[in-house]
Amino acid sequence: MSTVTQNFSRNKYFNWAVKNLFSSWVNTIMTIIAIIFVYEIGSFFLNWSIFSADFRTNFQGEIITDRTLCSKNIVPGEYGACWAIIYARWDQFMYGLYPVEETWRVNLTYALLPFAIIGILFDKLPFRKLFIYFTFIFPFIAYFLLYGGPGLSTVGTNKWGGLLVTLFLGVTGIGLAFPLSILLALGRRSKMPIIKSLCVVFIEFIRGVPLITLLFTANVMLPLFLPDGVNPDNLLRALVAVTLFQSAYMAEAIRGGLQAIPKGHIEAAEALGLTYWQTTRKIILPQALKIAIPPIVNTCIGLFKDTSLVLIIGLFDLLGIGRAALADMTWTKLYYEVYVFISLVFFIFCFGMSRYSLYLEKKLKTDNS
Amino acid sequence: MQTNFIRKIIFDEKSRALLIQTLVIGLFAVFIYLIAQQTAYNLEKRGISSGFDFLNISAGYDISIRLIPFSSEDTHLRAYFVGLLNTLMIAICGCILATILGFLVGIIRLSSNWLFRNIAYVYVEFTRNVPVLLQIILYYSILLNLPKIKQAFVIFDTFYLTNRGLFSPSPIFKEGFSIVLWSFIFAIIFSILLKRFLKKKQEQTGKQYPIFLINSAIIIFTPILLFYVLGMPLEFDSPVLKGFNFKGGMVIRPEFLGMLFGLSIYTAAFISETVRSGIISVSKGQREASQALGLKSSFVMRLIIIPQALRVIIPPLTSQYLNLTKNSSLGIAIGYADLVHGFGGISLNQTGRAIEIMLIVMLTYLSISLTISLFMNLYNKSVQFKGNA
Repeated sequence: MSTVTQNFSRNKYFNWAVKNLFSSWVNTIMTIIAIIFVYEIGSFFLNWSIFSADFRTNFQGEIITDRTLCSKNIVPGEYGACWAIIYARWDQFMYGLYPVEETWRVNLTYALLPFAIIGILFDKLPFRKLFIYFTFIFPFIAYFLLYGGPGLSTVGTNKWGGLLVTLFLGVTGIGLAFPLSILLALGRRSKMPIIKSLCVVFIEFIRGVPLITLLFTANVMLPLFLPDGVNPDNLLRALVAVTLFQSAYMAEAIRGGLQAIPKGHIEAAEALGLTYWQTTRKIILPQALKIAIPPIVNTCIGLFKDTSLVLIIGLFDLLGIGRAALADMTWTKLYYEVYVFISLVFFIFCFGMSRYSLYLEKKLKTDNS
Repeated sequence: MQTNFIRKIIFDEKSRALLIQTLVIGLFAVFIYLIAQQTAYNLEKRGISSGFDFLNISAGYDISIRLIPFSSEDTHLRAYFVGLLNTLMIAICGCILATILGFLVGIIRLSSNWLFRNIAYVYVEFTRNVPVLLQIILYYSILLNLPKIKQAFVIFDTFYLTNRGLFSPSPIFKEGFSIVLWSFIFAIIFSILLKRFLKKKQEQTGKQYPIFLINSAIIIFTPILLFYVLGMPLEFDSPVLKGFNFKGGMVIRPEFLGMLFGLSIYTAAFISETVRSGIISVSKGQREASQALGLKSSFVMRLIIIPQALRVIIPPLTSQYLNLTKNSSLGIAIGYADLVHGFGGISLNQTGRAIEIMLIVMLTYLSISLTISLFMNLYNKSVQFKGNA
């Protein structure tokens, strides 16, 4: 900016507003329309969700125990949200039908989960190695805590629900799909025609059909495929479908990373006498995975959202629990409260992941330049 | 001697590859054989017969949303086609609406107006970070909470929005309307030929013709003119409130609307991002150079920016169309009678032929996906960079 305009500018906020909001007549009219739009929508939503909403108590100060006590069902013209349904069903949203006296086990798992993930996410973390070790131990701890074992009573997966099922399917699905997807991606780039075509057919088949058909297939057909004694429960069947689904998408993301590695690296490694697996493990994968992390995270966001589909095969994930709450006569018809709440939970997780992916993209750009 | 032979196999790349592949194929075959045997055993034990003969048995259930006539006496095969048509209908409508909305939002995201830009940003972040299933269910419950038929929202005196769907006039085609339709198609073909001719002329003489204006005039006015000449062979049957329901007209059911809104609002957020990145990818110099050549800003957009942006936009747009089509299978959650809901759900429960039905459903989705990729790849080829670069 030249010194002349700097001298003329009254202050930087004014300048910013002129440049971004009122640069021309058309722009000014657009700004006014936008302000009205934002005001209308925003004031309506804030009123609905906060200012005229009931939280635990209604306008008379009574604790709301069923929907007839919501202010909007007593006072005509009142429309505020009635968040009491979330309070009343909080345990179900968080744990499903997990026994109340055992919910500390779920809470402990939730509390440990960030420590298991953080080592993978940030490479400059102090004591990163310890965190990575913990990542590998965590599945066993989580299994022991959630399902039970010596010293802890067994809680069947049919009792699991809500956020627990959503996170379980999301995290376990991603965790199991990751090694599988590396093998698929490598197989797809293999020089052996049979292995290559098997991988291509698998990946393209999974990517060509909707997840819901895979869930149906796993749900109906897995028991048909397996011998009598082996009968995986519903959650495990869903997990199989989710894992296969995710591995195909992740494999494509990793393949993108593999393709970005210059051929010279492979040839140099071969010239040094490294075997295929040494080359792959020490030269190719570390570089390829680094490039592929942003698209991998994007597929993870997709999977996390898609876990909501399990409600169609009768599992009670977050959305399933929400619908069950709405089916209850004491709380029926409070659709918007329930759906907005669940949306918010999903939004926090998915938005967080997408921010992380953006942060990585930026970091990769500066790393390589 | 023997150890030498084994060594040769293990350390020679070609023979090792052969060995590994034979092993993989063998294991795969054993795996398939075991599963097939177990499945046959399990099916026999449960008394489930197999085969595709069930397709000719009458379905025994009704489908409320249908494009071709269907009653409960019709066969499962016909139920399959009803579901397939419903899937295709929602996929096509959804793709069109999502594309329009996505391009609009993508362009607004690049607007110079800060507020507009950020409203679009908030829309994108909120819709793409919430599961599409949740959105479909949410919009569906909003539609079900609309006023009852007696207190319908009236739009332009012709459309009635109620909790049972959108009631609108249905067209009645009289004799001669097909001529109007054909004239429309011919007008499009003629305008394409005209465009080629005028383009050639422009290259020879350098004179510019308002091709777009001429062609839109031809495409719009030919059918309209014929329509009036033939004595307006189209009437509308308006819905009239009689008793508890509307008589006449047609109704777009809330299940369809819920799916349409859910799918297109969700997918539009993704499309807008691809549109935005496509437009950004065109280097600034291109715009500046075309402005320096004295092109009008509308020409800059149409002749310089969009053709180059399309190259970047089309491949991710294709995968968004594929996603939308696959997501249309979520209709089962709100009772939209698509392929998965009718044929894959009710028919499966009635006949118990899980393997056959899931196979048909999956193959159908695969072929829809492949068809979309094929057409989009063809289109992609036509917009890609031509020349010897």
